[in-house]
Amino acid sequence: MKYFMSGNEAVARGLYEADVRVGSAYPGTPSTEIFENLHKYERIYHEWAPNEKVATEVAYGASIAGVRAVAAMKHVGLNVAADPLFTAAYNGVGRGFVIISADDPSMHSSQNEQDNRHYARAAKVPMFEPSDSQECIDMLREAFDVSERFDIPVLFRMTTRVSHSRSLVEYSEPLNLEPFPYSRNPRKFIAAPANAMVHRVELEEKLKGLAQYSETSPFNVIEKRGNKVGVISAGGAMLIAKEVFPEDTSFLKLGFTHPLPMNMIRGFAESVETLYVIEELDPFMEEQIRAAGINCIGKDVVPLMYELNPTLLREALTGEEIASHEVNAQAIPRPPVLCPGCPHRGFFYTLSKRKNVIIAGDIGCYTLGGSPPLSALDSCICMGAGFTLAMGMAKAFEQFGEKKTIFGVLGDSTFFHSGITGAIEILYNKGNVIPVVLDNTITSMTGQQDNPGTGYTLMGEIADIVSMEAIFRAVGYKKIFNVDPQDLDAMNRTIDEAIVCKEPCAIIVRRPCVLIKRIKHERALCVVDRDKCKSCRRCLAVGCPAVFFKDGKATIDPNLCVGCTVCMQVCPFDAISKEEA
Amino acid sequence: MNNDVRTIVLAGVGGQGTILVSRVLTTALIDAGYDVKMSEIHGMAQRGGSVSTTVRYGKKVESPLVGKGAADILVAFEQMEAVRSTPVLKKDGIIIVNDYKIMPLPVASGKAEYPDNYIEELSKVFRVIAFNAGQAAIELGNARVMNIILLGAMVEAFEMGRLDWDSALEKQVPPRYLDINRKAFELGRSMARADNK
Ligand SMILES: Cc1ncc(C[n+]2csc(CCOP(=O)(O)OP(=O)(O)O)c2C)c(N)n1
Ligand code: SF4
Ligand code: SF4
Ligand code: SF4
Repeated sequence: MKYFMSGNEAVARGLYEADVRVGSAYPGTPSTEIFENLHKYERIYHEWAPNEKVATEVAYGASIAGVRAVAAMKHVGLNVAADPLFTAAYNGVGRGFVIISADDPSMHSSQNEQDNRHYARAAKVPMFEPSDSQECIDMLREAFDVSERFDIPVLFRMTTRVSHSRSLVEYSEPLNLEPFPYSRNPRKFIAAPANAMVHRVELEEKLKGLAQYSETSPFNVIEKRGNKVGVISAGGAMLIAKEVFPEDTSFLKLGFTHPLPMNMIRGFAESVETLYVIEELDPFMEEQIRAAGINCIGKDVVPLMYELNPTLLREALTGEEIASHEVNAQAIPRPPVLCPGCPHRGFFYTLSKRKNVIIAGDIGCYTLGGSPPLSALDSCICMGAGFTLAMGMAKAFEQFGEKKTIFGVLGDSTFFHSGITGAIEILYNKGNVIPVVLDNTITSMTGQQDNPGTGYTLMGEIADIVSMEAIFRAVGYKKIFNVDPQDLDAMNRTIDEAIVCKEPCAIIVRRPCVLIKRIKHERALCVVDRDKCKSCRRCLAVGCPAVFFKDGKATIDPNLCVGCTVCMQVCPFDAISKEEA
Repeated sequence: MNNDVRTIVLAGVGGQGTILVSRVLTTALIDAGYDVKMSEIHGMAQRGGSVSTTVRYGKKVESPLVGKGAADILVAFEQMEAVRSTPVLKKDGIIIVNDYKIMPLPVASGKAEYPDNYIEELSKVFRVIAFNAGQAAIELGNARVMNIILLGAMVEAFEMGRLDWDSALEKQVPPRYLDINRKAFELGRSMARADNK
């Protein structure tokens, strides 16, 4: 029986087959569906951790205690989790421990396109790179074996197209392993300098063993066809290369890409007249291959940014542009927008009307508050930085005696991820910043996952909600404003009061995301009275996709409107009214 | 080289039902014994962005995605999305386009205008089958089967009629909507046939 599944679904299946028992992850496109599919496999404990560092540490702890364990995240998540990764590589593991990183070439839903293969080299850990769904299953099993055999964490690197493409797979019988019995091993698991000095030497030995493994890994294979052209490739790029190069091309297909099988590569290089190294993003393999004195064609022709596809590769190899039949018409951009009824709208609309404010934002649906017509953000860099960039800006403005009101803005999931330390920083180091949490009671950007503020765990258990108010108070904030962003008057008043507040204060803007399935949302419909509408366009400034202009007057699309009344509240001529559904 | 591999691109706006179409399509192809790969770009969680799905099938498919100038057929659920995706088509590619407009934000807010000549311009370069599938769906009794009408039209235009579509629909559509979806599928086929004459 064959199943048609995405790479992420296949990874979930592979984790089950490899008998993983503990998994911890933080959502992030394109990795999120891995853990959303784990509920199919009852024996695996799985959770959303507050952030990737926590997830990695939880999984590592489980490995030390004797069961196979996994942590999963998007590429930038590994930046957050890098600290435990680098030292776990020194200490080694208990039972197998795999860290899955899903990279996002072309930044379909990311703030950068970092190539996480470099982490394998930097942290000195072995790495697998699957290219399709079947390999996701098969390589995971091998990855856990390698982790146990060489006593080291393994990096499992996916990309958007591997995670989100579907292909046919076959299952294997799942393993049923005994846990390793636990016994305290301070020399191995206490990373103090004296132990680390020893681990450092052991790690180099492990890498030598891994380099030998690489030469014989079942996932590093030569497909010899002709003697003219040889191609070395890995991951998703491999499939593109296979499609583009002619039939008599020989391939060295690498699934285990750190450490590289340099002898195999050398032999392969010698067996062909021209050698290509085809990689997506950075010249990760190419640089190592060249450093070993092997000549090849790579990034001198293949683009080093953005996702690769067969057309781009063909153009790169031939130097000729492939004609595409451009029609004499232009598509207008269709940028993502805050949903009709989105709770973030009221907050950003209110701030968009203020002068002399700085709004340091963060990553989440609310980053769209920076797009027109709201255009109410000054910055956004990485999760948690909403509070802390604001802090730095405040200190800089103080240097010049400049008076500005500075808001640090982030969402609920982001608050628990890495906002709390920023809240402490602002308070303790006396920052002239108003921290704001846009609490829509869910992790929305990645498709509505639970977080410590929602009251549910990933496995569907009810949990005690972690109170942001209590955290702010415990940190020392004296005044905590609570406001419903859909009430624009209240929103305005709260901003006014917070600006003049003499004590350290924080604002919690709270209303659930309209896409949360669990909640019964009130639905209504707002309509425009065309006779009363004076065409002032004020209602367009809220940026709701349901509001548009037709024949010179405002119109509301009844199929889109959910009746949140934000547009109605901004109309100066009472031309919009609410009809109960 | 995989000369026998065919590529179908579905393009639309979030929430238009491209997912069901891709499920029915891939089910029929897999049942017919093809190797199939599919790749989707679904943008962000927010509604209203462009979405596109690539389905490739043949004896053996390597890459799940294609670049420009490579697809055989484009099924666009909305006019502007047809225009956005045309670079992906081969020279003799076919476009099935829903004669329907969804205003992007720059148009809704009056910053841009939605052109009226899209279908005309597309037809100058490609073989285009255009009709209002949404209206046809409403007339059939359920606005949501617009997607399956488009699938039917594609099957007709791309001469894929010998696949077992009935069984694919049965596997992917909830039983209580099966009947109307079957009708929608047949309607789509007949609309494409009419267009061909
Ligand atoms: C380190 C890191 N991990 C994960 C992500 C992916 N990601 C982007 S925004 C976001 C969550 C946002 O949730 P929240 O702060 O509650 O805002 P919302 O989207 O609900 O408005 C996540 C998980 C990321 N960008 N960076
Ligand atoms: S998904 Fe929720 S938070 Fe995100 S834009 Fe839509 S309503 Fe707003
Ligand atoms: S704000 Fe009111 S008066 Fe102004 S355009 Fe909108 S509906 Fe018309
Ligand atoms: S009430 Fe106005 S702002 Fe709210 S969803 Fe409807 S049209 Fe959009």
